[in-house]
Amino acid sequence: MIYTVVRENAYHDSVTLMLATEEIKAIEGVEEALVGMGTETNKGFLRDLGMLTPESEAATSNDLLIVVKGEEGVLDKVLAKLDEFLKQKVESSGEERYAQSLDGALEMMPDANMVLISVAGEYAGREAMKALRRGLNVMLFSDNVPLEEEIRLKKYASEKGLLVMGPDCGTAIINGVPLAFANVVSRGNIGMVAAAGTGAQEVSSIISNLGGGVSQVIGTGGRDVKEAVGGITFLEGIRRLIDDDETDVIVLVSKPPHESVIKKAIELLKSTDKKHVVHFINGTVDDPDILTAETLEDAAVKAVLLSKGEPIEKEVYTVYDFIEGPDFKSLAKEEAKKITKGKYIRGLYSGGTLTSEAMVMITKEIGPVWSPSPLDPAYKLENIHESKEHTIVDMGEDEFTQGRPHPMIDFTMRKERLVKEYLDPGTAIILLDVVLGYGSHMDPASEIAEAVNEARSKSKDYVTVIAALCGTYGDPQNYAKQKKTLEEAGVHVFASNASAVRFAIDVWKELKA
Amino acid sequence: MSLFKEELKVINIGLKGFYEDLKKVGAKVVHVDWRPPLGGAKVAAILDRLEELKVDIEAANEEAVKKILSAQPTLVGMAKAIDVVPGMKKNLILHAGPPITWDRMSGPLRGAVIGGLIYEGLARNEEEAIKLVESGEVEFDPWHHHDGVGPMAGVATASMPVFIVENTTFGVRAYCTMNEGLGKVLRYGAYSQDVIDRLKWMEEVLYPVLNETIKLKGPINLKNLITQALQMGDECHNRNRAATSLFIREIAPALLDTSFSNKEKKQVLEFINSNDHFFLNLSMPAAKASLMPAEGTKGSTVVTVMARNGTDFGIRVAGLPGEWFVGPAQEVEGLYFPGFTKEDANPDIGDSTITETVGIGGFAMAAAPAIVKFVGGTAELALKTTIEMYEITVAENDSYRVPALDFRGTPTGIDIRKVVEKGILPRINTGIAHKEPGIGQVGAGLTYPPVNVFVDALARFVEVYS
Repeated sequence: MIYTVVRENAYHDSVTLMLATEEIKAIEGVEEALVGMGTETNKGFLRDLGMLTPESEAATSNDLLIVVKGEEGVLDKVLAKLDEFLKQKVESSGEERYAQSLDGALEMMPDANMVLISVAGEYAGREAMKALRRGLNVMLFSDNVPLEEEIRLKKYASEKGLLVMGPDCGTAIINGVPLAFANVVSRGNIGMVAAAGTGAQEVSSIISNLGGGVSQVIGTGGRDVKEAVGGITFLEGIRRLIDDDETDVIVLVSKPPHESVIKKAIELLKSTDKKHVVHFINGTVDDPDILTAETLEDAAVKAVLLSKGEPIEKEVYTVYDFIEGPDFKSLAKEEAKKITKGKYIRGLYSGGTLTSEAMVMITKEIGPVWSPSPLDPAYKLENIHESKEHTIVDMGEDEFTQGRPHPMIDFTMRKERLVKEYLDPGTAIILLDVVLGYGSHMDPASEIAEAVNEARSKSKDYVTVIAALCGTYGDPQNYAKQKKTLEEAGVHVFASNASAVRFAIDVWKELKA
Repeated sequence: MSLFKEELKVINIGLKGFYEDLKKVGAKVVHVDWRPPLGGAKVAAILDRLEELKVDIEAANEEAVKKILSAQPTLVGMAKAIDVVPGMKKNLILHAGPPITWDRMSGPLRGAVIGGLIYEGLARNEEEAIKLVESGEVEFDPWHHHDGVGPMAGVATASMPVFIVENTTFGVRAYCTMNEGLGKVLRYGAYSQDVIDRLKWMEEVLYPVLNETIKLKGPINLKNLITQALQMGDECHNRNRAATSLFIREIAPALLDTSFSNKEKKQVLEFINSNDHFFLNLSMPAAKASLMPAEGTKGSTVVTVMARNGTDFGIRVAGLPGEWFVGPAQEVEGLYFPGFTKEDANPDIGDSTITETVGIGGFAMAAAPAIVKFVGGTAELALKTTIEMYEITVAENDSYRVPALDFRGTPTGIDIRKVVEKGILPRINTGIAHKEPGIGQVGAGLTYPPVNVFVDALARFVEVYS
């Protein structure tokens, strides 16, 4: 059956009509269709299709032709569909406009001054160089940027008076703006240069939670302070903080830098009247003029005291010198009694610096710790998925994250490992970090709580679970709620990593006694 | 050094989550929808070598684009190809795209060659035409080697009339045949008797009438016509309705003054009026004439030719004169005329990509929202398409402008470095030919060049200028 409808003087764009034809052909019962103006071309098509009728032949190019070959009664459906289609307004997507490249972005924001780069390492260096050439500062979140490229970028930046934070820089706070993984930290007069991402998060969070504030957190990336790079960004950061009017106290946080870098850093600190605290995880500075800290929290507390002009009276501080906490000694005794099996501490971390701090403290107090990247190479885990005696793993390391999101974002791996460790006969204590702030999972406590509950439902044994909660009261995850969720799952929550580790050590010691 | 004193303004390249977070804290931030360079990390190494070259590419590109922008394409007359096209001869067939041999030619190009030989009187039918070609007596050469362009198959023979478009700024001339209309036509590989008859009529009536008209009227400023058409919904590649109308306005009074009969005059006007694409064969040589002076600009990475023969897609680069960089012609994403599907389509074909090369066509998509629907898009997508092309071009056109973008100039002068670096390919608007000779146009849509042509050109550029 061939139906022909001619609508006189009903002009539509030919492309719209081609689209309409496609729609109509899709209707059940339609064999072939043509919706178009009555042009010679369209009549030709109809002729070829054997669908040309006297009515369509008589149509003019100002008339709309609707010609359908198909089942009886199909025309009504066709016309309904067509009218709907022609009436249809394409709604504007309202989608945000993104740039396609750095240059495109600069057209949208000509006065940009910072480029945050998180593309794959093999491309990140090139993007960074482009940014530097255009006079922009760079934060390179990406890792796997070759060493030579890092050196080239940083040398170039130095010549241009620009800052390159990273590669592998997870955290920075510049002019109050948190970049990548960073917490909502109060502004203040403490400036930090950190070659340690979660170290910077831990110190800045504790500063903020204790009522202090941060002027800048300059991340450098871990490799910056090694001999090859020579601390180009680390030293530049110190210089900038010295020059910065808003900074009164300078905090340096890093794994031990190369001695040449330490030497230059100390010279810089001595060249200014500004106060300072230095914390090199698993390292010291032998200089009576340099104030050092024992742990990340110690560094944070000392910085706050200095920033408020108060004296430093203790060798090592903890946050619990200022905030209320339980009686840790008796709590440790109680916990030790509850533990029904195992004698080892198992640390399942997501933050690299926090991992190192835990390893350093436990090694000092208890003994060697196994790890994929141990302090003592003799204790390198052959299989990163199988713990041995005391084991601490950083599940944010490449070996764990290949093809997966970071464990601060995706808890799947850590939850599985937590349950596995809980069920392991050797495990007595599980130690965790829970990192809040921008970039991280929006409800990490629930993820951990779920795994703890699962483990406890599968096991009759009791294992002490301890979490270091790294974050501020202003973080988007809601600090108090996160703490409560963990506590309700029977997790002991600490306001700093060092306090959490210290508690794990205390429980272990009680257990041994 | 004053970073700490300024408000932080961030460009985020990579993880979108960081952008979302920055927005949440109220920071000023722009997100880049980043793509790796074309060809990945290997090609990135070539890009890095670019920076070591001694040649000042920026200055060279500026020079090339200055030449393109200062062009003044003008229709100055008409003639038989044999009389004006450089190197034209009786046994030579010009075709679209990069060089190609008979055995590799696609259906529509073969069909057009057959039709061309019949039209030229060198063969009486298909059989004779093929025999002649196989005897080796027929020579083939790209239009681009003879200062001209041809849409779709682009076939031109010695006695075909051509438009002469002069870039009066530089005194160079480009050539193109007249547009035959839609449907079964030579440029889509059709060679039936009615196709040949139409071509003969074009030679015997259309050409003399138009030729005399132009002589009476004097030179016609094509740049002006294109500029106006862009403001009337054309992009002068896939949509030439406004430009064709403007052309008729331009010639009609002089045409009436010609010595031909009213019947012939009416026939000519009706023929042009019935063919929305008549102006395509003027926008193309206008683009070619505009680009020719930029060819050979030492050290320039600006593209001067993009062209397809239905089998290969080729580009030429200002700083690498005489060289073609060739890859497979791509499929066209588009809408099909009733009775046809994707199965019927020939890969991308024709020299009409010269329009995109000069900054109109797909690059002026924002001026022609009507045709973005060819790929099921929206008017917003038309804007986005043009805006995206600014990413890979050197300049904004000072004549061709887009009303919807506040009369911003169209993106002009494709830079192969930017294409490779940003992983953004030029957008091309095009008609779709049936893969069998003799059937004609089956649809229209959008397509892209093959990736390798830009990568190869860039590698060669680095080699030449090292």
